[in-house]
Amino acid sequence: MSHAEDHDGSRRDFLYYAAAGAGVVTAGAVVWPLVNQMNPSADVQALSSILVDISSIVEGQQVTVKYLGKPVFIRLRTQADIDLARSIPLDDLRDNNSRNPNKPGEATDQNRTMDEEGRWLVMIGVCTHLGCIPIGNVSGDFGGWFCPCHGSHYDSAGRIRKGPAPENMYIPVASFVDETTVKLG
Amino acid sequence: MSGIPHDHYEPKSGSEKWLHRRLPVVSLLYDTLMIPTPKNLNWMWFWGVVLFFALMLQIVTGIVLAMHYTPHVDMTFASLEHIMRDVNGGHFLRYLHSNGASLFFVAVYLHIFRGLYYGSYKSPREVTWIIGILIYLAMMATAFMGYVLPWGQMSFWGATVITGLFGAIPWIGDSIQTWLLGGPAVGNATLNRFFSLHYLLPFVILGLSIVHVWAFHSTGNNNPTGVEVRRGSREEADKDTLPFWPYFVMKDLFALGVVMIVFFAIVGFMPNYLGHPDNYLIADPMVTPAHIVPEWYFLPFYAILRAFDGDVWLVMLTNWLTFGVVDAKFFGVIAMFGSIIVMAMVPWLDTSSVRSGRYRPMFKWAFIGLCIDFMVLMWAGAMPAEGIYTTVALIGSTYWFGYFLILLPVLGVIEKPLPQPATIEEDFKAHYGDTGAASANPAE
Repeated sequence: MSHAEDHDGSRRDFLYYAAAGAGVVTAGAVVWPLVNQMNPSADVQALSSILVDISSIVEGQQVTVKYLGKPVFIRLRTQADIDLARSIPLDDLRDNNSRNPNKPGEATDQNRTMDEEGRWLVMIGVCTHLGCIPIGNVSGDFGGWFCPCHGSHYDSAGRIRKGPAPENMYIPVASFVDETTVKLG
Repeated sequence: MSGIPHDHYEPKSGSEKWLHRRLPVVSLLYDTLMIPTPKNLNWMWFWGVVLFFALMLQIVTGIVLAMHYTPHVDMTFASLEHIMRDVNGGHFLRYLHSNGASLFFVAVYLHIFRGLYYGSYKSPREVTWIIGILIYLAMMATAFMGYVLPWGQMSFWGATVITGLFGAIPWIGDSIQTWLLGGPAVGNATLNRFFSLHYLLPFVILGLSIVHVWAFHSTGNNNPTGVEVRRGSREEADKDTLPFWPYFVMKDLFALGVVMIVFFAIVGFMPNYLGHPDNYLIADPMVTPAHIVPEWYFLPFYAILRAFDGDVWLVMLTNWLTFGVVDAKFFGVIAMFGSIIVMAMVPWLDTSSVRSGRYRPMFKWAFIGLCIDFMVLMWAGAMPAEGIYTTVALIGSTYWFGYFLILLPVLGVIEKPLPQPATIEEDFKAHYGDTGAASANPAE
């Protein structure tokens, strides 16, 4: 290999790098479609919004609707729920983020609910630990929800208070269309 | 192979010579089957053959079950009932397959703990050990995805919880979870890919198993004394070993027969004992079962996952040190995967030069503790995540990590080992006397 002694090998070096570069690009071009095919398909991604009739919900009742494959809790809270949630100082909360795209900010009770009075609480009923559905109707140690899987307790505003879950339950994009209809998404 | 002097394949007939020159496959099989094996192997050494049997059982029953199974959220549950009621012998095949997974894990845990006690992971068998752990991980992935396929309540919520583990990874977790599921929640896309991968992975396990066997055929088997086979001369090697065929094949097949009696008793008379009734309810994304538990073989690691909640000082310290990146949820996930990683690292964590636990008086107690710990964690994992159970799981998890990260490195330094026999032959004679050794001599 007398060429190896030839320090004027810049053309050969260039060919090596070019070939290696082309190989890397080709490998990436092969792998990426194989990886990307596992991402949500177009029909799954086609986000829809749904309208929910809330006229029949009575005070203290929770209705669960399915939205994007997940349950959404719609609860008309009692005055006791509201008073309990508003009596809690923010310092006691583990997650002081409202987790509410409609009202970003601190996790005050007002920032969690649909209306200022705090009667309507609409949230994605999925525990932020590992995705189980918490049990509602004043369950757990904090008068809200309790996740049976790994023992996370949420208060009456759906905020995490105890257990392994790190975050408050998420609020979906939601708005009132009229007095008796909520639009999700 | 293995550097132990022994007979090699010599093609005799014309056709054998013809084939041998073109493809030495008979030679490969001969050398694999006739491998010199330490003659003092005890009954804990037969689990490898049980594991091979279990893998074959799962592949064969799985292939035929796939002929009747439909991977679609609207039809899967009905296709399972079709297998159970209509397919000829379908219920038996399915029960063999579902209980076969339990057989597989019983065997793998005993196989792993045998390796941990007799120091089978120590130099020069580290690669065998690491490949074994990879097989175990592939087994867990296969079993988990297989459990999702019936599309019952436990299938669905097990899938939700386990893929949720990946969602705990900071910053990129949500994207990874969505990528794994193929949507915002477990759905048809998830079921289809799990079916595809559940069919693929057993063949990966088969490939890894061949490399696993290749690795320990290169180093030679460990044995209960941990003393190496003498390789100086053919005579010495013959005094320490017997060929795998027929001596150990017959012994292992006998043991397999005994295991099969128990296995078929379970398949025949109590096929749902190890399962969960909730999995006979069709998957419902709107209702979580009151008490989600994985299959028994995941319980110890499930207990470790759940043990670390936000009230444990180590979790709080880690959370503070990482500026909140590692929260209680991610910590639990790290602990669960870490509990297997420390097991994989054991060749480098164990500082003792003595291989077998038989000659390590202090190690012996630590190991018994680990066995009890494993059972306690399994029990804690099956209990609800509240009250005393989380405390028990936390103590159990602490011992698990303490064994690998503290006891093994320290014991190797402070322990005074007992004298080891000079040779395998000496140990064998001490147990069976000269006559036993003579009657089992292949030279006769």
